[in-house]
Amino acid sequence: MAPFRPADRLARAFQNRKGPLLVTCTIAGDPDYDQSRAVILALADAGADIIEIVMPFSDPVADGPVIQAAGARALVAGMNTDRLFSLIREVRKEVIVPILIMSYANIIIQRGIEAFYKEAGRAGADGVVVADVPFEEAGPFCRAARKSGIDQILFISQTTTPERLEKILGSASGFIYLVAALGVTGTRDGITHEAISLLRRVKESSPLPVVPGFGISSADHVRAYARAGADGVIVGSAIVGLVGDNAGRGMEMESAISSFVGELKAAASQGYRGIPPETVPGTKLT
Amino acid sequence: MMPIGRFGPYGGRFVPETLMHALEELEGACSTIIPSEGFRTEIEYYLKEYAGRPTPLTFCRNISRDLSCRVYLKREDLLHSGAHKLNNALGQALLARHMGKSRVIAETGAGQHGVATAIAGAVLGLSVDVYMGIDDMERQEMNVARMHMLGARVIPVRSGSRTLKDAINEALRDWVANVQDTHYLIGSVVGPHPFPSMVRNFQTVIGKEIRSQIMEREGRLPEAMVACVGGGSNAIGMFHPFLHEPVRLFGAEAGGEGLSGRHGATLCGGTPGVLHGSYTYLMQDAFGQILESHSISAGLDYPGVGPEHSFLKDEGRVIYMPVTDEEAVDSFLYLSRMEGIIPALESAHAVALARKISEDLETDEILIINLSGRGDKDVEQVARVLEVGHGSF
Repeated sequence: MAPFRPADRLARAFQNRKGPLLVTCTIAGDPDYDQSRAVILALADAGADIIEIVMPFSDPVADGPVIQAAGARALVAGMNTDRLFSLIREVRKEVIVPILIMSYANIIIQRGIEAFYKEAGRAGADGVVVADVPFEEAGPFCRAARKSGIDQILFISQTTTPERLEKILGSASGFIYLVAALGVTGTRDGITHEAISLLRRVKESSPLPVVPGFGISSADHVRAYARAGADGVIVGSAIVGLVGDNAGRGMEMESAISSFVGELKAAASQGYRGIPPETVPGTKLT
Repeated sequence: MMPIGRFGPYGGRFVPETLMHALEELEGACSTIIPSEGFRTEIEYYLKEYAGRPTPLTFCRNISRDLSCRVYLKREDLLHSGAHKLNNALGQALLARHMGKSRVIAETGAGQHGVATAIAGAVLGLSVDVYMGIDDMERQEMNVARMHMLGARVIPVRSGSRTLKDAINEALRDWVANVQDTHYLIGSVVGPHPFPSMVRNFQTVIGKEIRSQIMEREGRLPEAMVACVGGGSNAIGMFHPFLHEPVRLFGAEAGGEGLSGRHGATLCGGTPGVLHGSYTYLMQDAFGQILESHSISAGLDYPGVGPEHSFLKDEGRVIYMPVTDEEAVDSFLYLSRMEGIIPALESAHAVALARKISEDLETDEILIINLSGRGDKDVEQVARVLEVGHGSF
């Protein structure tokens, strides 16, 4: 029998989807190792389609205040790359949905690029996203990912030129992470027309699923992107904020996650059934 | 041949995708606008008529006698604003204006780059926001006041170590959000390509002037040159025109409490990794988390260093050595009393290293110290240190 390649898990999730996939982010080790494990399991139970686990870095220049604060909490509580892999190994026993690792270049480089991807694959991760590795620097990361049978997810942003878009589509795998707003991660009030038209433009030329992230924090946002044809949506700071607010309160944390993720899931399938984003009540296009 | 934006393995562009277009645009401007005759005439005008270049190369009679070699100071302390930072700030601000950007942002540690940017913004009509760690705002109060008076907004940074490193993080975050109308006027030879080579090119005016001044005075090149290295812009500006000459080059890093304690000597005590967009020596733990640096001088208090310095260290072309806080304070007073020149604490590190290496020089050999800035901003801090430490001056 052919060995089970982890990358299949991500590809199959997109193939079998009945609506845009809900990608939920959480910070590894926030507020501590045990609670972080509980959060991941709660996300999976609540119906997250993909779980993105962020390995915090001391200097997260692409992140806003919520993720910065969560990363700092996790690092103070002792999170490191060894514990990241053991956390993924542990939750992988119970979680069947794809798991992505998101981090910064230096975390991976200090582990050794090949070693990091190998360990990630063995622990049960399906893809890696690196916030500060653009296409030009991605070569060694993409090669290591291929070697370990996992996907290297690349970004496309509003400022990505058509020439770069073509090059990025040529080396990305898994899906395209669409940076839907200029600036850092964090919740925002509305969704811009630019974001929707960028999504449509990239969808036209991308052979890979296109998944927006940055600023997506409510059911209304999810509905709008679903309607615009997104293959998934990434919700980060809103979930990370919930974890921070409920740190130390196990039951409340799980029920908060469960109801919020449930709401987002419902929005994803609702939007997909065909309500134009302009007419979704409460969706402010700015 | 090295790939674009690399110094050996160092440098590169490790930034979020959103910034790539801005870096490409800047790279384009570096190869079209900067070499144009119009831009060169303009920058030369501002450097000469506004900033006061060329700065003198001062022969130090008393120190030369004391150290038994011929010691010269390159007087960047006499540049308008009081430090070499203005060379780069004027260059980049002019470039930003040519590129149609109406706003510049900057990070600052000691406040010298913030002041230089505020000056350049005032004279060239650009709006200026400066990010500064709150710890640095406290130890460099006077420069905060200067920036305000020059019409710049100073934005306090409360994250992380609350010093230069975090000010750069916040400036990068601002740039990602406002990249369309904003230029990030980075203050040192750090950051993603093309910043390290662009900033170097604006600072090599220091080394070029030294070359013609010393040839005129002594008819030959010096035996040794010394500069302090935080990010490393004054050092690379001094060294670069001499890299292929038989001149010994020395960089003084922030030794803090000594390499076994808290310090900021990235090249002497660090290992390569990625911070602020480039692959370079860093102070970090085994998992790649950046460590907090320490230096008595805010301008050297940075756990990274310009990628070209990393290359020059590996090549052995420049010798980098740590200078402790105590040695820096001692040389702050030494230069003040011997020559009547109060140096910036950053530059005092270079003076301290010069005193050490002078032991290997003959009496007729020439040693040039880059006096990158003046010490007015540090007077109160040094006074406090001396009161606490030794009880008297």
